[in-house]
Amino acid sequence: MSAVVSVDKLALRFGARTLWEDLSFELASGEFLAVLGPNGTGKTSLIRILLGLLEPSSGRALVNERPPREARQHVGYVPQQRAFDRDLALRARDLVRLGLDGHRWGFSRLGDEGRADVDRALASVGASEYANAPIGRLSGGEQQRLRIAQALVADPALVLADEPLLSLDLAYQNTITSLLDDRRRTAGTPVLFVTHDINPVLGMVDKVLYLAPGNWAIGAPDEVLTSETLTQLYGTDVDVLRVRGRVVVVGTPDDQHVHHVDHEH
Amino acid sequence: MFTDLLAQHFVHTALLAGAVVAVVAGAIGIFVVTRGASFAVHAISELGFTGAAGALVIGIDPVIGMIGGSLVVGLVLGLLSLRGRERDSAIGAVLAFGLGVGVLMLSLYHGYATEATNLLFGSIVGVSDRQLLELTVVALIVGAGLATCYRPLLFSSVDPEVAAARGVPLRALSVAIFLLLALTTAEAIQVVGVLLVLTLVITPAAAAQRLTARPGLALLLSIAIALVSTEGGILLSLEKSWPTSFFISAISFTAYVTARMFSSR
Repeated sequence: MSAVVSVDKLALRFGARTLWEDLSFELASGEFLAVLGPNGTGKTSLIRILLGLLEPSSGRALVNERPPREARQHVGYVPQQRAFDRDLALRARDLVRLGLDGHRWGFSRLGDEGRADVDRALASVGASEYANAPIGRLSGGEQQRLRIAQALVADPALVLADEPLLSLDLAYQNTITSLLDDRRRTAGTPVLFVTHDINPVLGMVDKVLYLAPGNWAIGAPDEVLTSETLTQLYGTDVDVLRVRGRVVVVGTPDDQHVHHVDHEH
Repeated sequence: MFTDLLAQHFVHTALLAGAVVAVVAGAIGIFVVTRGASFAVHAISELGFTGAAGALVIGIDPVIGMIGGSLVVGLVLGLLSLRGRERDSAIGAVLAFGLGVGVLMLSLYHGYATEATNLLFGSIVGVSDRQLLELTVVALIVGAGLATCYRPLLFSSVDPEVAAARGVPLRALSVAIFLLLALTTAEAIQVVGVLLVLTLVITPAAAAQRLTARPGLALLLSIAIALVSTEGGILLSLEKSWPTSFFISAISFTAYVTARMFSSR
C-alpha cells in the first residue's frame, strides 16, 4: 500500500539559515509519527508544508499522492489549545460542524447526514453532554476534545497535530492522545504529531522524527532517542535517560525536556 | 400630530431607509464583533466623514466622497489583516490623521453648515426617494456578499488557524469583510451620522451575542435589535422633536444593557 505522506529531499531555508535539508520520510496507513525537537527547528513549518500553506525551499511533499494544496480536504488538523472568547456566539457543535463544511461558500443548513456526522464526532470524543454549550465557557481540555472531533468529522485520510497537548493537564493529555490512537487503529488514519515532549505519546509512537538545529534523524523511538543519536545530531554531549518508563533528555543546548519533566511532577 | 406625521411621505421614506440600513448593519455587526474589530468601524466611519467633507469642498455629492473614504480605509485595513494590539494602534494612527484632514476640509468648506452637521449626527428624516433607492442597492450588494461568504467568513472569524488549514482564503475574506463593512458604514452614516455608527453596527451584535450562542440565531437577533432601534428611534423623534440619533442609540443601548443583565450566558 502506498504512503499517505511522502516527503522527498525536502529543504527549508529562511534567508541564510537552513532549518533542514534532504529530509525524506514516508508515513503509511495506521502509523503514528512524533515530530520532536527544540523550538525554531521547523516543526510547525513542516506541518504548514503538508497543509500547502508554506512552500518548501526545495524538494517535494505529497499527501495522498497529490500536492498538499489539493489534499487539504482530506486532512484533519489539530492546533494548539487556544482559548476562545467567553462571549463568542458559537456552540461546541458549531465548531465541529465547521470542520465539515466551514470552507464551503453560502449559508445553507446542514442536512440530516451532516448533522449525524457531527453528532457521531461529538459522541466519539465524549462531548455529547456539552454539545450545545457556548465554546468560550468550556475548559481548555473540553475545547481540545472538540478540536479532535472537528479534525475527524470529515473522515480525514491524515491527521496533523501541532502541539495539541500544550497547557493541558495530564488527564486530558491522555484523553487526547488515546482519541488519536483509537482513530489510527480503527480507521488506519496516520497521525503526524508535533510535540516537545515524547512521554505522553511514547506508548503509541511507531516512528520519531527528531529535528535538531540544521540536522535531523528518523526511526523507531529506541533508535532515535539514544545518547549516541542525539549527541551526533546536536554535535554536543547529550544523555538520554530512561526513568520509570519515561524518556528524559539531558544536555541539549536549551535543556527544555528536563524542564518539562519537572513540570509534570 | 403624531398620526398626521405618520401619513407623510417623507416619514415613510425615512422608515424604509432606516429598515434597509438596520438589516445590513445588524448582520455585518456579528462578524465585526466576532473578529474584535469594533474599533475599525469607528475608523472607517470617521474616514468616511473625511471623504464626505472633501467631496463638499470640491463640490460633489458627499455620499460619493463618504463611500470613497470608507472603502479606502476598509481596503487598507483588510489588506493589512492585522490582529490584536498592532491593529489597534495602526487604526488609531490612521483614524487620528484622517479626522485631522476632515477638520481641515470642513474649515475650507463655505457652504451650508447643516450639511456637515448632518454627516456627524445623521439626517434620516431628510432622505429622498433617490437616496432610498441608492441605500437599497448598496444594501443588496452587502447582503449578497455576506450571504455568499457566510460560512467561510464565520470559520475565519472564530477559528482562523484551522480555517486556513482547510483552505479558507483568510486574506481575501478579510478584504471582503472590510469592504462590505465600509459600504455598510457609509449607509449607517446617512441614518445616525458618523459619530453614532457604532450604535447600529456594534451595539445590536454585542447584545445578541449575550443572548444566544447559536451563530445563526445571533445574526437574526442582531438584525432584529437594529431594526427595532432604528424604527423605534424614528417614530419617537416624530413624537418628541429630539434628534433621531439619540433615540436610536438609547434603544439599542437599552437592549444591550438588558441583554447583559438578563442573559443566562
